[in-house]
Amino acid sequence: MNLSFFDQFSSPSLLGIPLVLISTMFPALLIPSMDKRWVTNRLSTLQLWFINLVTKQLMSPLNNKGHKWALILTSLMIFLLLINLLGLLPYTFTPTTQLSMNLALAFPLWLATLLTGLRNQPSTSLGHLLPEGTPTLLIPALILIETTSLLIRPLALGVRLTANLTAGHLLIQLISTATVTLFSTMPAVSLLALLVLFLLTILEIAVAMIQAYVFVLLLSLYLQENV
Amino acid sequence: LPSAVLLKDMKLMDVKLGQLGSWLAMRDFTPGGIMGAIRRGHSRYYNKYINVRKGGLGGLSMVLAGYIVLSYMWSYSHI
Repeated sequence: MNLSFFDQFSSPSLLGIPLVLISTMFPALLIPSMDKRWVTNRLSTLQLWFINLVTKQLMSPLNNKGHKWALILTSLMIFLLLINLLGLLPYTFTPTTQLSMNLALAFPLWLATLLTGLRNQPSTSLGHLLPEGTPTLLIPALILIETTSLLIRPLALGVRLTANLTAGHLLIQLISTATVTLFSTMPAVSLLALLVLFLLTILEIAVAMIQAYVFVLLLSLYLQENV
Repeated sequence: LPSAVLLKDMKLMDVKLGQLGSWLAMRDFTPGGIMGAIRRGHSRYYNKYINVRKGGLGGLSMVLAGYIVLSYMWSYSHI
């Protein structure tokens, strides 16, 4: 019985055909392509406004060389946001609950920021390993600590996204199972559980959006240090 | 006086039941043809429900509802 709670995270497949690609590509259907008109339809206008807001917010701390990353960071943000929010609909599959996908997103992008920094300005990038004004005795220990924290960044990025989304989905499933099971015996407790479920769903919507934002924000921060 | 339309150009609603088999056989099932059909269907939906002056919530909701139904069909065996 316990194992059935994790069934929602198994990759969907139909007669052995993996459907995860369709689940991942579905958000692209929700973004209409740009019209050549000045006044577009409401959906395009809303999305354009949102994309402009996101891009300005993400790109303002970066210098001009970092602006080359605007397209990939904004599209990553929209991608993660839509995938996370679509996963909250009933019966849908959330690709970002799979650690493999999140690590595949985090690791190359982090490595790209690191290599950009090391190639173009190696001393400045390495200089970030030692904050200013540290006492001389602490320098070796701090270098080791900062290197470890640098190397663990892609792992942290991927696992953060996976863990937050997976935990949220599991909690929703557990509490809704409790609500349904309790309804026949103790309706009052079931009502309490329903209230908790309602609040949790609101939290999940917020978490879905926040996690996408945090992922991209941290990447832009790593870029800021290195570019 | 009915206008003489070729079988392969007739719309599905005008095809008589007896002609259905030959109509299906004449349709274009190459990958290019299927892509064209998907593109036409998408344009029909997009221009009718989304690309209008006062598009409402319904245009997007129908797509999401269809996605939910599709996911239910895919995960039916697990329930």
